[in-house]
Amino acid sequence: MPGLDALPLAASESNLLAARELMAFTLAFHIVLSCLGVALPAMILSANWLGLKRGDADAMRLARRWSKAMAVTFAVGAVTGTVLSFEFGLLWPEFTARFGDVFGIAFAVEGIFFFTEAIFLAIYIYGWRRLSGWAHFWSGVPMVITGIGGAFSVVTANSWMNQPQGFTLDAAGRVVETEPFKVLFNPAWSYEVPHMILAAYMVVGFLVASIYAVGMLRGRRDRLHRLGLLIPLTVACIVTPIQLFVGDTAARAVADHQPAKFAGMECIQESGPEQTEYVGGICTSDGVKAAIPIPDLDSFLVGFSADTKVTGLNDIPADERPPANTLLHLAFDAMVGIGTALLLLGLWLAYAWWRWRDIPRTPWFLRAVAVSGAGAILALWFGWIVTEVGRQPWIVQGYMRTSEAVTEAKGIWFAFAVVLILYAGLGSGAVLVLRAMSRRWRSEGEDAGEAEIPYGPPEAATS
Amino acid sequence: MTRADAAAAILWTGATLYALFGGADFGGGLWDLLAGFDDRKGERPRARIQQSLTPVWEANHVWLIFILVVLWTAFPEAFGAIMTTLYVPIALAALGIVLRGAGFAFRKSVQRLEYRRAMGAAFALSSVLTPFFMGTVVGAVAAGHVPADGNGDAFSSWTGPLPLLTGALFVASGAYLAAIFLVADSHRAGDGGMEGYFARRALWVAAVAGAFALAGIFALHSEARYVFDRLTAEGLPLVIVSALCGLGVLALLLRGARRGLRPLAAGAVVAVIWGWGVAQFPYLLPTSLRIDQAAAPGPTLDSVLIVFAVAAVVVLPALGLLYWLSQQELLGE
Repeated sequence: MPGLDALPLAASESNLLAARELMAFTLAFHIVLSCLGVALPAMILSANWLGLKRGDADAMRLARRWSKAMAVTFAVGAVTGTVLSFEFGLLWPEFTARFGDVFGIAFAVEGIFFFTEAIFLAIYIYGWRRLSGWAHFWSGVPMVITGIGGAFSVVTANSWMNQPQGFTLDAAGRVVETEPFKVLFNPAWSYEVPHMILAAYMVVGFLVASIYAVGMLRGRRDRLHRLGLLIPLTVACIVTPIQLFVGDTAARAVADHQPAKFAGMECIQESGPEQTEYVGGICTSDGVKAAIPIPDLDSFLVGFSADTKVTGLNDIPADERPPANTLLHLAFDAMVGIGTALLLLGLWLAYAWWRWRDIPRTPWFLRAVAVSGAGAILALWFGWIVTEVGRQPWIVQGYMRTSEAVTEAKGIWFAFAVVLILYAGLGSGAVLVLRAMSRRWRSEGEDAGEAEIPYGPPEAATS
Repeated sequence: MTRADAAAAILWTGATLYALFGGADFGGGLWDLLAGFDDRKGERPRARIQQSLTPVWEANHVWLIFILVVLWTAFPEAFGAIMTTLYVPIALAALGIVLRGAGFAFRKSVQRLEYRRAMGAAFALSSVLTPFFMGTVVGAVAAGHVPADGNGDAFSSWTGPLPLLTGALFVASGAYLAAIFLVADSHRAGDGGMEGYFARRALWVAAVAGAFALAGIFALHSEARYVFDRLTAEGLPLVIVSALCGLGVLALLLRGARRGLRPLAAGAVVAVIWGWGVAQFPYLLPTSLRIDQAAAPGPTLDSVLIVFAVAAVVVLPALGLLYWLSQQELLGE
């Protein structure tokens, strides 16, 4: 296959890079919207609950506003998710043709959750006017369950790619037997799935809170804004410490089961005990440059003892090492760093609440919250970079290389360019629409209908 | 029936439901486009379409994911072959789905008329292009242009007469279903004017769809002999059912009757789809890849069957609830 002709090899390498970049971009875009789909319903229902139980009109208004925003984000999430499904076949046909009957089981399960979510989302969002209080509230509860179920299904498919099991190959490498339970409950699901679900709650919590923090910094200090800040921020601050604990467990599991990924992300060149933890820095074959070294800490984190032997890149065959170790390492450290900063933000809030039953007075708190949403999203992206780039060159760890899975079709760079332009429009469109909605709510209230008629003459618009 | 046949039947069921719900959804977009450039005249039909589509359009399109996932889980080899051959129309269909979803979701929320028109145009145009490209994929498969080991010709596979006619038929049948459903929705809302508007269009598009279907049968005869032979033998009862349903709809429309329109229109479409399935049997890719050849291992097929059973118990009632609430006018802006 390779090596006979320089040109076809270069063409398929270019294809591989294009396909990976395209997949990474569309995934990064979609994953933020997925977080909203997973976690926003819980925030909305919390506000809805406060509105019904305590007669809190401000909470009710927040629930209505967030529902309308969710309608927009869910639509964009659904179409970008559809694109990802198509990309499984368009970009990675060998992967899907060879292993589709294995990991597809997880996606089949996801189908049930996603479908049910779409249905109850529509009932909840469009039932505000005419469905009565508590009936309407309960019609939204399935969204929370299906969001978590959907996250489980999709992430366990990714977990399977990292720690594959539950299938038998014949001599030609084709799948001849499968064990669905082993596929769905592979060794990696128990840390990947909670890690992602908690990440979703963090992203949504900090993101929504940051929007209201910006509003408050701009002088909008009414109760609505306070509540709009506190409800999501409280959720996020409760979730963050749990997430750091889960993340720590995950890193240890990765050290065990995916030593190449771990060695890459921690820049470990030589196997052995007493591994130094490098905070930041550039990974080179001569060691890590420009980092803050903490002796023995890496070994300690992996096995609770400085004597823990950690596998280094020298013990990984050269053609099985992940690429871009500095990117991996900095992504990992940045994710942990942001997570730690968000933890401190939560502790700050907890302290202020304990002392004064209020948010800290200083504008620096609001500024910190205002950037926490972007920070959480960055941490999310960095985490995905670690897990996906760290698994390279494998698409199915130990069984199929990404280069074997990629399509031979031409025009992937062109497709990438089209997608970039399209998604730029999609993203800015979504942001502009949400901002326009928000402005209208401020000036006219939540009940100011978007025009019933798509584009009839203005005076004919009825609500 | 083997498990593989059952999985194929499930795939076909998903395709049927997508054709009914997604197809009608796309058809709504076509009528939106054809409602014209005059905002005043186009206002009422667009309002009716918007009213009908808004709560259900996302749920309508989940069937597509269902089809993709069942295909790649139960028949991964066929999935790979289709993807490596027909990536051009599939990618274009995906593009259309993105434009359509975004256009529909955004157009209500922007204020400026030019923006709304732009969003609306994106929504409407992609509502025509997406089913067209999906149809070319189906036509290419039926015409035997997808080799079992994939990597068929990326352009000639879907640009022949049969694939193009199938594409046109997809658009027309979606518009047909949409027109009928909109007649029923208008009738229930007591909007006599819109009832007549969509009824006239239903008649017109029924004729167009019928013409495409007839031309398609001729194309089958010349390009896909196996499928044609089976369609006119084992599949003939279903063809007849489809034709009778179509005639029934015409008769009802001409008499101004409204009861029975939707089941008959749906019946016409369902019969065609299952006729096509029977005609292709036992091939997924006529005549190079059979269902049993492409099928996944037993436990995977079992999972697909179980997931489908769970979906039938969980999703279908929920879907029924959504449609019921929508028809009772309990869901709206």
